[in-house]
Amino acid sequence: MLMTDDVTVTSPDVPAQKSTREIYLPPARKKITGGGTPHIVAKEFSIYYGEFEAVKKVSADILSKYVTAIIGPSGCGKSTFLRSINRMNDLIPNSHTTGSIFFDGADIYGRYTDEVLLRKKVGMVFQKPNPFPKSIFDNIAYGPRLHGVNDKKTLADIVERSLKKAALWSEVCDRLDKNALGLSGGQQQRLCVARTLAVEPEVLLLDEPTSALDPKATAKIEDLIQELRGSYTIMIVTHNMQQASRVSDYTMFFYEGMLVEHASTAQLFTNPRDSMTEDYITGRFS
Amino acid sequence: MNLGTRKLLDRSFTSVGIGSIVIMALALMVVLVPIVTNGLGAVFFTGTVEHRKMLLSEFNRGDSRELETAIASSDRYRAKVYEMLSGFESEMAAMTPERQDEYRPKYGQVKTAVQALLGPLPGDPEPMLTRFKYGQTRWEKAEEKLHDLLYETKWDNSDPNAMSKEYFANRSESFAGTSLVKLFPYVRENMSNMLLPEFTVYWGFITDSSVDSHIFGGIWPEIQGTFFLAVGAMLFAFPLGVIAAVYFTEYAKSGFFNSMLRSANSTLAGVPSIVFGMFGLAFFINTLKVSESKSVIAGSLTLAIMILPTIIRAAEEAILAVPKTYREASLSLGSTKWNTIATVILPAALPGILTGGVISLGRAAGETAPIIFTAAVSVGSAIGLADVFSSPTPALSWNIYNLASEHEAAAQIRHVQYGMVLALVSIVLLLNLSAIVLRARISKKLKG
Repeated sequence: MLMTDDVTVTSPDVPAQKSTREIYLPPARKKITGGGTPHIVAKEFSIYYGEFEAVKKVSADILSKYVTAIIGPSGCGKSTFLRSINRMNDLIPNSHTTGSIFFDGADIYGRYTDEVLLRKKVGMVFQKPNPFPKSIFDNIAYGPRLHGVNDKKTLADIVERSLKKAALWSEVCDRLDKNALGLSGGQQQRLCVARTLAVEPEVLLLDEPTSALDPKATAKIEDLIQELRGSYTIMIVTHNMQQASRVSDYTMFFYEGMLVEHASTAQLFTNPRDSMTEDYITGRFS
Repeated sequence: MNLGTRKLLDRSFTSVGIGSIVIMALALMVVLVPIVTNGLGAVFFTGTVEHRKMLLSEFNRGDSRELETAIASSDRYRAKVYEMLSGFESEMAAMTPERQDEYRPKYGQVKTAVQALLGPLPGDPEPMLTRFKYGQTRWEKAEEKLHDLLYETKWDNSDPNAMSKEYFANRSESFAGTSLVKLFPYVRENMSNMLLPEFTVYWGFITDSSVDSHIFGGIWPEIQGTFFLAVGAMLFAFPLGVIAAVYFTEYAKSGFFNSMLRSANSTLAGVPSIVFGMFGLAFFINTLKVSESKSVIAGSLTLAIMILPTIIRAAEEAILAVPKTYREASLSLGSTKWNTIATVILPAALPGILTGGVISLGRAAGETAPIIFTAAVSVGSAIGLADVFSSPTPALSWNIYNLASEHEAAAQIRHVQYGMVLALVSIVLLLNLSAIVLRARISKKLKG
């Protein structure tokens, strides 16, 4: 609280604000071909935990092959929104939704939607690295095996390809049969990305993937996101605004369950339309 | 609270904790040491030539030529005893009828004592019961029998207000003036020549069947019966218990019906085992008629019902202890619920589930009450695997009770009781130990 007050006292200074914004300027990126169509479309979408409305009437188009960051203070519903895209909220008892959210034109919460098929196409990486207590190989092969790939050669190919995509191959190629829990936190998180990639999803949901990692491992994950950008539709929830500006093309700002602003990252960080967004990115509240 | 008090409290709690552990360890020693030392006595003891005779004729084991020499040497010393006995018999025949009446019962006692010590006398008819075919097979028992031969047990009833007192009267005094007087010092001095004691290791105690209801032989039928009953119980209870636990933790919706089921399960865990025994008799044998009467299968089913709640509880806790993140990870990869349970949840919960299972196995092995009416017989031979549906079986737990309280020669075969107790305790300990090892190995594999 004390710090926030300090900031409020000093921050109306215009040049200072400018310098803050410069930090958030997104770096130059490779060009994306073939993306940009609405991949996930939310329409008046709300999620309730019992009586509590955690996400309030969100409408948004998330474009394919681009990286969309979701920022906002704790408890604003950004994780809940992300988890609803592959229906992980189904695990929470007493939760229900209104409105609709479409993936490739099909209602995710529709009556005839197969959530297992949906999750195959919409992969997710969680806040805390959560490899299975199995070998590195078995971790990656877990998804393909589930979906009927049993041929050893094919599996080995998939494992190698996925680990290479996740930039982990060179570090683990000589110990694929070792338990995955023996890896470092950053390696475990990249393993989780590789595991998700192995089932060949179209969408990658990253729920604060670096919050449990040190800066070096964080940088590696961010590089990885840049690598994957253009091949997958990526959504990333983050508390770290520099990270959002570094990795994303579009940014959504959530506040108290509402989607306050959804714009290109460059615009949102340099020229926010909403005063609340401005207050948040300049650190007036968090 | 200031630092001094806090430290004092910490320290006193530590010492209380250590104290209670020491007391527990001492109590355990007090129980275990006699079990182990007495139980080992069934396998390691000083055996006599009679033991070797018994082994050779009942189990066809041992070196017959060596035994023949031993018997020949012991018979040389025994011959003198038999000579004295027959000498006294002819001396008695020459006595007046009054004196004959006086000596006959006393002589009868002496003769019985000699038979107990050395086995049937020459010229005796072949005994019906195996227990009378041999003399004392164990040296310490032989010494007891020698005392019976040398002294007559009498009761002092002179004080009407006190309990009768036992005292021993020297038999040589009752035979003073007859030729039999020489018998007593002779037997005492030539005991070891007649019985040829030597240190014996009788592993057959574990692997032999019993002869003449545990008077001789081993406890293999009991060990095998215990094994059949416990393993049979696990075969029924373990899969059922794990499936029930998966249902409770993964599929059951919280509702009246399921909370009733859960509390019923908890109540079942607290039901006294004798009630399960009665239930097993009434339900499995009388109602379902799984067998004509007592059988291994009926006993196994009863034990299974008894350990089911424990297995369900242990498996439930193990499943609930699996981190939620495993479930999320698996589901997010497009796994179905069932696949997640089978490939992620159950393998991760396996150490806990197995521990619960093996502890239940130990309990099933040790329980007496549930098998009294459903499976256990006090004497019997080892049954084949095909007979489990129709035959009852002896079992360690029940036979320990039976030998200690209902056997007609309970005092003669204390070593068998202790041997059985040690066998049962070892089996249960071994099972629990294997549970610990298994758990450690799987946990290590899971942790990497």
